[in-house]
Amino acid sequence: MNKGPLLFLGIFLALAFSWTGVVLTNQIQYGSLTPYFDANEGKTFPDLPSGLAERGRDVYQDLGCLYCHSQQVRRPGFGADAERGWGDRQSVARDYIYERRVFLGTMRTGPDLRNIGARQPSADWHYLHLYDPQLTSPGSIMAPFPFLFEYRRISGQVSPLALKLPADYARRHGLDRPGYELVPTPRGEALVAYLLSLKDTFVYPEAKPFVPPKKEGGPK
Amino acid sequence: MASASSLAASLNPATPPDTVPRAELSEIDASTKWPVIFFLVSALVWLLVGTVFALISSFKLHTPEFLGSYEWLTFGRARTAHLNAVIYGWSTNAAFAVAFWLMARLSRARLRHAGVLLIAACFWNLGVTIGIIGILAGDSTSIEWLEMPAYATPLLFVAYALVGVWAVITFRFRKAEHVYVSQWYLLAALFWFPWLYSIAQIMLIFEPARGTVQALVNWWFAHNVLGLWFTPIGLAAAYYFIPKVLGKPIHSYYLSVLGFWSLAIFYNWAGVHHLIGGPVPAWVISAGIAASLMMIIPVVVTAINHHFTMVGSFGALRYSPTLRFVVFGAVNYTLVSLTGSAMAIRAVNEITHFTHFTVGHAHQGMYAFFTMVMFGAIYYILPRVLLKEWPSAGLIRTHFWCVAIGVTIYWVDLEIGGWIQGLQMNDPSIPFLEVVRNTIPWLFVRSLAGILMTIGHLAFTVNVLWMLGAKRPAGVTAPTLFRSPPALQAASVR
Repeated sequence: MNKGPLLFLGIFLALAFSWTGVVLTNQIQYGSLTPYFDANEGKTFPDLPSGLAERGRDVYQDLGCLYCHSQQVRRPGFGADAERGWGDRQSVARDYIYERRVFLGTMRTGPDLRNIGARQPSADWHYLHLYDPQLTSPGSIMAPFPFLFEYRRISGQVSPLALKLPADYARRHGLDRPGYELVPTPRGEALVAYLLSLKDTFVYPEAKPFVPPKKEGGPK
Repeated sequence: MASASSLAASLNPATPPDTVPRAELSEIDASTKWPVIFFLVSALVWLLVGTVFALISSFKLHTPEFLGSYEWLTFGRARTAHLNAVIYGWSTNAAFAVAFWLMARLSRARLRHAGVLLIAACFWNLGVTIGIIGILAGDSTSIEWLEMPAYATPLLFVAYALVGVWAVITFRFRKAEHVYVSQWYLLAALFWFPWLYSIAQIMLIFEPARGTVQALVNWWFAHNVLGLWFTPIGLAAAYYFIPKVLGKPIHSYYLSVLGFWSLAIFYNWAGVHHLIGGPVPAWVISAGIAASLMMIIPVVVTAINHHFTMVGSFGALRYSPTLRFVVFGAVNYTLVSLTGSAMAIRAVNEITHFTHFTVGHAHQGMYAFFTMVMFGAIYYILPRVLLKEWPSAGLIRTHFWCVAIGVTIYWVDLEIGGWIQGLQMNDPSIPFLEVVRNTIPWLFVRSLAGILMTIGHLAFTVNVLWMLGAKRPAGVTAPTLFRSPPALQAASVR
């Protein structure tokens, strides 16, 4: 192997092999996957995310949530994703087509969040949990996000978003001054809107559980 | 085909002094002085920065309220700053220095246009600095291994292009007739990385692909940074330093050819194993698993080659700092790669995926293998470019034992803890919060291991600064060894 050009050709072909296989072929195969039109409901799926949720996605991204939370449900029988209630069905490629950036994640220091909007639909719960995870999940090792909240003087009416802190917690942490409220910042509000938007409810044909044709009934 | 004697010379970088006059080597070393110092000192600074962020992130995982009210230090950002500081700051700077020092020596060509490399070093470190500040400030892309914001990465690309062009020029000016195995790895790595990096930047950040194609591009890139950039540089160094320090040729030329090409062909498909069970086409996952298992070939071949070179010379590990670090790295390369192949098997992946097992595995690869080889290389290179010896063998010893024990505790601890975490996560009768609580003792031990490694890094830093500041001695000096070897070996062992 003393011939420079030959060595270089081999080196080039080696990476060209996987570049073609892993990147190009998949881009061609499903890089322009389209939404699914459901005649019964008369609309296409997946749903387009709302503007607020899209801004929340940016918060999710810049805080690095994906380093502890995945967003992918594996098929029943592979891991315990279904049994843990992380999703009624496995995630499929079509679920992600509107996402500017896909947060599949590779870590479950915390639970999967692909359907957190369906599993935990209460915004109040999310605000408490983000402010201090110990409020809702004692023993959790999730980071607290107090900087997504603001402790401020109530102007006019109490904000509908104000956190409903347990009385003893508020007292212990000096958050019980009369005339004050703890509210999410716009970033906090957007993040919760994003979390609530995370739910893959529609069942695409390709997302149905695989049933071997031999069994009675065949594929549903 | 080469004659037997010149073939032997090409296999053995420890060519006897009559073939390559020492004066010539020393002239080549001298020509690399400033770029080597610039890259290595930058690397050292980033190692320390990366260590600080590592400790912060590690503490946060068992004590989440630690520094909890600072947005820029929240776990997701501190951890990301750590990764980028050690990957692009420490490891890549060190890889650059080792790569072009090796390239100049093996090509027996004086380093030309050192200014180009100095400019590249400025661009690179400026890019990494801006990128990491961007991450802490909230501009992270949250694409694993590519978190630096789009306003930092073009600087890195410019720097990379300069280094790559420079390496090709040096290779073309080579005087050595034969291309040594280390040079194959270096050329390949220098060519592969910009390809991977530019495609990943385009398809993920500048013109994002649709849906989960992004995940495939992401892991094609991220795994190949390990496999086609750091691994070849680490192996190039191991292939050079083991025979060099021992003063004997590498065990088998043919095994090194087989090892190189099988790595080139199989490694680059393996990244998809990070997506097993995920919403991507099943065929590409299967291909990734197959490639991961095929990686056993280059790994075993390389292990045999290195091990058989060592046979009969293990005593030298008692004297030579370089050899001790490099061999520690080479042994871990074998272990981590075999573990990696096993982790791609579906039944194993079902347990280890999404757990701290992967974190332990990653640190065994990037630290116990790559970083240790780089430490070993630095212990060899710096005295030669500075024409000074290491001031303290005691500090080298402290460095070695702290990081060797530290990183071993680190990966063993997280792999056991991660395995248990995986088993419990797959058992739905155990509530999730309990699974989380059960990981805390393992995460705590990880922090202790991290503190031990930090002590090692400080010993290393003191030694480097001391050496840089010391006066150049007059006359002939003896290399700094752990202990004095028997007289006969003294000439070659260092």
